[in-house]
This record gives sequence, C-alpha cells and structure tokens, in this order.
Amino acid sequence: MKFVEEYRDPDLAKKLLERIHKNSRKSIRLMEFCGGHTVAIFRHGIRQLLPDTIKMLSGPGCPVCVTASADLDKAIALADMKDVIVASFGDMVRVPGSYSSLQKAKADGADIRIVYSVQDALAIASENPGKQVVFVGIGFETTAPTVAASVLQAQTEEIVNYSILSLHKICPPVMKAILDLGEVNLSGIICPGHVSAIIGSHPYQFIPDHYGIACAVSGFEPLDILLAVDMLVGQIESGQPRVEIAYRRGVKPEGNTQAVKLMESVFEVSDANWRGIGAIPASGLRLRGEYGKYDAEKRFEIEPGPAIEPKGCICGSILRGVSTPLECRLFRRTCTPESPVGPCMVSSEGTCATYYYYQGS
Amino acid sequence: MCLAIPALIKTINGQQAEVDIEGVTRGVSLQLTPEARVGDYVLLHTGYAISIIDEAEAEETMKLLKELSEAN
Repeated sequence: MKFVEEYRDPDLAKKLLERIHKNSRKSIRLMEFCGGHTVAIFRHGIRQLLPDTIKMLSGPGCPVCVTASADLDKAIALADMKDVIVASFGDMVRVPGSYSSLQKAKADGADIRIVYSVQDALAIASENPGKQVVFVGIGFETTAPTVAASVLQAQTEEIVNYSILSLHKICPPVMKAILDLGEVNLSGIICPGHVSAIIGSHPYQFIPDHYGIACAVSGFEPLDILLAVDMLVGQIESGQPRVEIAYRRGVKPEGNTQAVKLMESVFEVSDANWRGIGAIPASGLRLRGEYGKYDAEKRFEIEPGPAIEPKGCICGSILRGVSTPLECRLFRRTCTPESPVGPCMVSSEGTCATYYYYQGS
Repeated sequence: MCLAIPALIKTINGQQAEVDIEGVTRGVSLQLTPEARVGDYVLLHTGYAISIIDEAEAEETMKLLKELSEAN
C-alpha cells in the first residue's frame, strides 16, 4: 500500500536504529500516548531494538480503555430501555461495566448494533423511525469531528430519533494531567498521529514550554516511529525540547482547520472522567446547548446506579504509565482477551491486550 | 481506535467519494476534507477522510530518512 510499505523498509530502519544507538547517551523515558502507537511498537519489536538508554512507557491513549465505568454504565442503561437501539464501535461492546456489558445486555435482548462508522448509526436511525437510536460517542479528536458531522447531517435530513451519548475526550489536557501527577518521570512524548491530523502540533507547545519535555508527532509505521524517537533523542541530548512532526504527510502544524471548526460548532469542552485518573477539567466534549436535542443525556433520564471498578484490576495505573500489565495479578490468569476483566484487555489497542499478544510471558 | 489508513479517491459526488484501498472500493464522506480532489490520497478514519496526504511532504520525509541513515 502506498504511504505504508515504504515506511517499513528494513534497511532504512536498521540504519536509523544505528543512528539512535550512537546518539542516545542520557537515560531517558519516552511515553507513547496513543494506543495505536503501542500496538505498532510491539508488533514491530521496536522496544527490543532500541538502546538500553531508552525506556518506553505506554500512556492513556486508548479511548475505550479510558472510558469510566460510570459512563459505560450509562450506555448499558440506555440499551436496557424500551424502543432504544444503541449503536457502538465494536471494541466498546465487550468492556465490562459495573454490573454488565453491552454484550451481555445484547444477549439479554437489548438491541445493540456494532457499527464501523457513525454514518451507519445515522442510517439505522433513518431505517427505524419508530425507535430511538443512541450512538455511543467515544474517541478523541480524531473521531469527534465525524460524530459532529453526523449531528449536522441529522439536523439537515431531519432525522429526529438520533442522539449521541458523548463520552468524547481530548488529548492535551490528559497529557497535562499525567505530567502534573508526577508519577512518571518523562523526558519525551510521542504525540498521537491521527489526533494531530485534526488538531495539529501547536496544542502540544505547552509541554516543552512549561515542562521542558520533548515532543514528536509520529505516524504508525516503523520508520515513522523511529524517526520520532530520533527527533526526541536529538532534542533531549541537545537540551532543546520542542514540538517536531515526524509524520508530515498526514499532519500539518495547524491541523485540519475545517474538521476542528466543525467539531467546535457542535461540541463544547467539558470536564470528563477518565478511568484510572478521575475527573480532568476541560478534557471532554459535550454537545452545545443548541444541539441539546441530540444529547442522549438530555433526551433520556439515565440512572445507572453507583459505579463499581473491577476488583484487582490495575488498568488505572497502567493507563498512567505507572505499572505494566506484567505487574497485574490478573494478567494472563483470570484476565485474557477471551475473558477480559478490565478495558485495557478488551480493546485491540489496549496495553494489556498488546502485551498479551506480543510480549512473551 | 484512532486508526486511519491511506485511500485513493476515485470519484466524488457532492460530499461523498468512492475510494480505492488496495483494490477494495468504499464510500467515504469528505465532510472533513471538502478540498479533496480525485487522485488525492486521504487518511480514512471510520468512513471519513480526516486528512489529505501531502505527497510532497511524504517525499521530503523519505529524503530526510535516507539522509539521516547515510550520515551515520
């Protein structure tokens, strides 16, 4: 595939790795924020190929994993309502909530549809005028503009039985929260590629400016990631942290201004609960007042009851980069991809699932 | 979750386009990239083109990768 194969060239990767080995002198800790990067790093064995000076940590960049149990419980409560169809991306369906999961609710008779795109959810609403269709809006800035577009489309096409349970979250505030917690002593951050395709690289500028931490926006192929690591090593060794882009074919410094405009026209920033981290101010997106009729939390009275976290699960500290799955007593024993206890084992890009598939026991 | 893959735009009809992904044809929305044209590669995420791939920047990055490798 064009723009993919050439970034997997083993000879270039080998030479780039030699360069990183030669230039990396300080002991540094780099966090890849995005779950897609975690998978790519493990799939290509990049952790093992980097010099001992570089320790890689995985961050909270998996939207399924960071969805709080209390929020997932709301989706399940909606699914249990009469004449409601809940449409969701597939990963979310298997995540255990406090008392059930969307999958269990479906087995018990709830109408839950797995969709590939929010457009599919809109089509289900068109085809089922006698039912209410609620789309479980998860995802970061990459996905939120698509959901905003669907709300505008519903308005134009007068699809009135469609609403969003907005659990969308935005990335720069959680990066700040992780840094403010001070639990992981980071030297650099591999910034998310497709979030940045939307928001650009400017929103990360506070990281070098206020925290003195290096940043590089990366793509998802091995050479993209190695180039980002090379940039971070260069910034750290020279003592000049800044924000660089190793993924220029997909990310402009200003991002996709059209998508941001659309997202901001439908959503406004709100506080949000992150699994394992808690409430982070101004880190979520809710529908603006003028789109209130598309807001499932306003359209329905949702009372899921108090949230309960799975016992013994350390997804929270894994999401903060404080622990690895290997430190979890449940990992590979009671918690597996077939029978997951926590969300990081459910999502295909969750840190636990990634360790399960790619890291030998 | 934030997965996006390159796709080549074959035809455009209003805000909808047909793209080719390794021989597979799919319909995608261009609502987020209205300036996209036939022949552009876009990054496709959950049925939406979220970014137009900048071919000149792709070439620059390959050049940079080769330079860095040769400078060893």
